[in-house]
Amino acid sequence: MTAVDMPGKPKLNYLNCDKSIKSWLLTLDHKRIGVMYLIATLTAFFIGGMLAEVIRTQLLVPKGLIFHATKHMSSFAAYKHYNQVFTLHGIIMVFMVLIPIIVAGLGNIVIPLLLGAKDVAFPRLNLMSFYLYVGGAIMAIVSTIAGAVDTGWTFYTPFSIQTETYVCFMVGGIFLIGFSSIFTGINFIVTIHKMRPPGMTWFRMPLFLWGIYATSIIQVAATPVVGVTLLLLILERTMHIGFFNSALGGSPVLFQDFFWFYSHPAVYIMILPAMAIISEIVPTFSRKHIFGYEFIAFSSLAIALIGFLVWGHHMFVNGQSAELDTIFSLLTFLVAVPSAVKVFNWLATMYKGAIKLDTPMLYALSFIILFTVGGLTGVVLGCIAEDVVLHDTYFVVGHFHYVMFGGTMIAFIGGLHYWWPKFTGKMYNETMGRITCVLLFIGVNVTFFPMLMVGAEGMPRRYASYLPQYQPYMIVSTIGAYIQLVAFLMMAGYLLHSLFRGKKAPDNPWGGATLEWTTASPPSHYNFDDTPLVIEDCYDYSNVKYDESIGGYVRTDVPATTEPAPVHA
Amino acid sequence: MSEALQVGANPEVVKKHLAHHFDTMQQQFDAGKLGMWLFLTTEVLLFSGLFCAYSVYRALHPQIFQFAGEYLDPVSGLINTLILLTSGFTMALGVRFAHTGNRKGLSVCLILTMLGGFGFLGIHGYEYFTKYQERLLWGTNYHPLLGPDHQKLLPPAGLLAPLARPTPVEVSPWHHLKLLKREGFNVAHSSIVPAPVGPAGVVAKMKRESAPGPYSQPNNVQIFFGAYFLMTGLHSVHVIIGIILMIWLLARNLRGEFGPSYFAPVEFVGLYWGIVDMVWMFLFPLLYLAH
Ligand code: HEM
Ligand SMILES: [Cu+2]
Repeated sequence: MTAVDMPGKPKLNYLNCDKSIKSWLLTLDHKRIGVMYLIATLTAFFIGGMLAEVIRTQLLVPKGLIFHATKHMSSFAAYKHYNQVFTLHGIIMVFMVLIPIIVAGLGNIVIPLLLGAKDVAFPRLNLMSFYLYVGGAIMAIVSTIAGAVDTGWTFYTPFSIQTETYVCFMVGGIFLIGFSSIFTGINFIVTIHKMRPPGMTWFRMPLFLWGIYATSIIQVAATPVVGVTLLLLILERTMHIGFFNSALGGSPVLFQDFFWFYSHPAVYIMILPAMAIISEIVPTFSRKHIFGYEFIAFSSLAIALIGFLVWGHHMFVNGQSAELDTIFSLLTFLVAVPSAVKVFNWLATMYKGAIKLDTPMLYALSFIILFTVGGLTGVVLGCIAEDVVLHDTYFVVGHFHYVMFGGTMIAFIGGLHYWWPKFTGKMYNETMGRITCVLLFIGVNVTFFPMLMVGAEGMPRRYASYLPQYQPYMIVSTIGAYIQLVAFLMMAGYLLHSLFRGKKAPDNPWGGATLEWTTASPPSHYNFDDTPLVIEDCYDYSNVKYDESIGGYVRTDVPATTEPAPVHA
Repeated sequence: MSEALQVGANPEVVKKHLAHHFDTMQQQFDAGKLGMWLFLTTEVLLFSGLFCAYSVYRALHPQIFQFAGEYLDPVSGLINTLILLTSGFTMALGVRFAHTGNRKGLSVCLILTMLGGFGFLGIHGYEYFTKYQERLLWGTNYHPLLGPDHQKLLPPAGLLAPLARPTPVEVSPWHHLKLLKREGFNVAHSSIVPAPVGPAGVVAKMKRESAPGPYSQPNNVQIFFGAYFLMTGLHSVHVIIGIILMIWLLARNLRGEFGPSYFAPVEFVGLYWGIVDMVWMFLFPLLYLAH
């Protein structure tokens, strides 16, 4: 940065210090990389969401509204398109949205800010992760145009070896995205280990960092295994190596073991950062110290560790021995314990707090409710006797949408609203935010609760047509999907509006006590103009007071930073 | 080793190599080292997936490994092991030279390590070539022609003319067995049930079987060669990457960039090479001494 602050001109920050396209595409600034990740993942989310609306519209009538037999097309050919649509929906949402969106998107922006650091440990690796992600997404697009995959997001063999769609390209793309995820994980682990300012001990860290730390460990430890699995799948298709092909002496069940050894921990890659966001929002908006800091911190690690030992619960009915079933079932119940510990801690934090129902807090409350439903249905599925009946029904679809959408996505949106003023420097319309949150909450339940019911009645998942008796549930569910669509359009509307017309955000609009609220909104290129003070306790709100004159909160024990930033040479 | 990193000793070096977001060279070095270790962990995990697959198949079908292991040449495997061990030593020495600022020594060590890598790849390439000649390949490509050095596994001399056979057109893992039958040779029936064909994995409960008789071939031998090519192939890719890294280090060293206060890249490549060595130390007994 060579520019100098001019009187009367807006203060320099990371957004306006250099406006060229090149300065964005080659940036090493974690905040800009985070913003690019957000744009990329939200674009993917838009595409995945549109596909979801296609799926729900198809299921309005038992024979299928969009893909069905016609004069020119057999029902077999028509339904294959449905398979492609839900496969793409799953792949996009899991690998391109949920896994990177919080860690790489929001995480990139706020982790160094929470640490009071100037950047992540390896800025170049960070940019490389982003381009690996983009490269993977491009390969996925190529495969979709060439012949969209129809295997389901799980790529089970032997079908994924036999299908004529472009599995290799898609899997190759996911392989790249996997490496992007590994590098992000390495980067954040090192950042948290080595970049903490003096005085910030492990147990003075904001809980968001604990969650990201646990997530990163899973990313580093689990992703290589899915990498090698996907590599084997590619070799299977191109060179017939025979590892997963029973015709050549291989074992399709081994594929499932490999796949879930990654993909179960991967669901914790999605949910742990979501929980981490909630652990920041809840105390801030309850104006009360977080309850049970150590329990929340260690339960993240416990989830990360136990999460590696439960993958067999996806294969209860796939020929796994009864002994293994029992062990996996037990471990599955066990993993619900640390999740529950967190929920109880959040509730105890809110208890007798001075709760402010601003938009982020509404999302946090939605998260707690929806995640509880999702987690409890998970425990239902973890019980072998029930899973034998419910496996591969809509109940499973309902379960994972409650945890992935009601959990991860809702928490992400909450975090987006929480940190939006910080990284854009603009306030969104609070009333619209609240209305949208309520609408979304209704939409989620209307969409996914009927799935649980219809699944319990026996409707199988991944079908393009169904028995007429299920139609009422399906119609309600589709209405829910449309409600969500409206909510998302509203959200896009007021967030974009805020970028151009929004009120300028104060440095600390919510009264947070973590370090990111002590710097400017948006922060300068170097995040902090002076080395930030280490705050003794980042959940102590007694020194954070509302200041009428700036419309935000100020710390009474730290000098304000609203003065013009010193010039960086 | 970090004592060798005289923090801030050379302001020139600090100015050139210290990134803006670190406070000290020490912090930067420690961060880099932790990052490298994490990366190497993922490398080990990448291989460990394959090791798992190996163990599963080995536990389920020991007879395949017993039979097919005979086809690998432990001598060339051993030579390669020694080569890698030596190159591991020269690399470690190179790192030491980098610490002490001995540029010439570092260059010599890098070249020696590189030569080790090339030697390893050469011997390995030759092995691949012979395997290819005998069609001892993976999956559907497995239909062996049984070269002269496998006599001990073969029926009495003269019944099969090694390598004189036209390349089979039919692609089937059991082709070899059919071939033997067509020649009018009866495969000796062993009393041992052949390996189960079909879905297996960690779930199936199969009886463990002991070695087959001298002339019989268990089913699904191609699984072993699949594992062999996959594991050694992935390892060789890592050796190639290692050699490229050495070239990069050598070029930087010749420009005089490394010294007692800046040697992080040498150190990190050294760690990488150590892991490449270590993986081979597992591959060698698992594959070459499988019988
Ligand atoms: C309280 C903790 C949880 C438990 C006990 C649990 C349990 C289960 C079980 C037993 C299944 C297998 C059902 C079947 O296929 O028959 C399952 C499926 C699934 N779960 Fe969970 N789960 C939990 C949390 C989560 C979370 C947090 C996520 C994601 C954020 C998640 C995502 C999924 C997905 C995506 C599937 C279905 C995969 C597929 O077959 O396509 N679960 N869960
Ligand atoms: Cu699972």
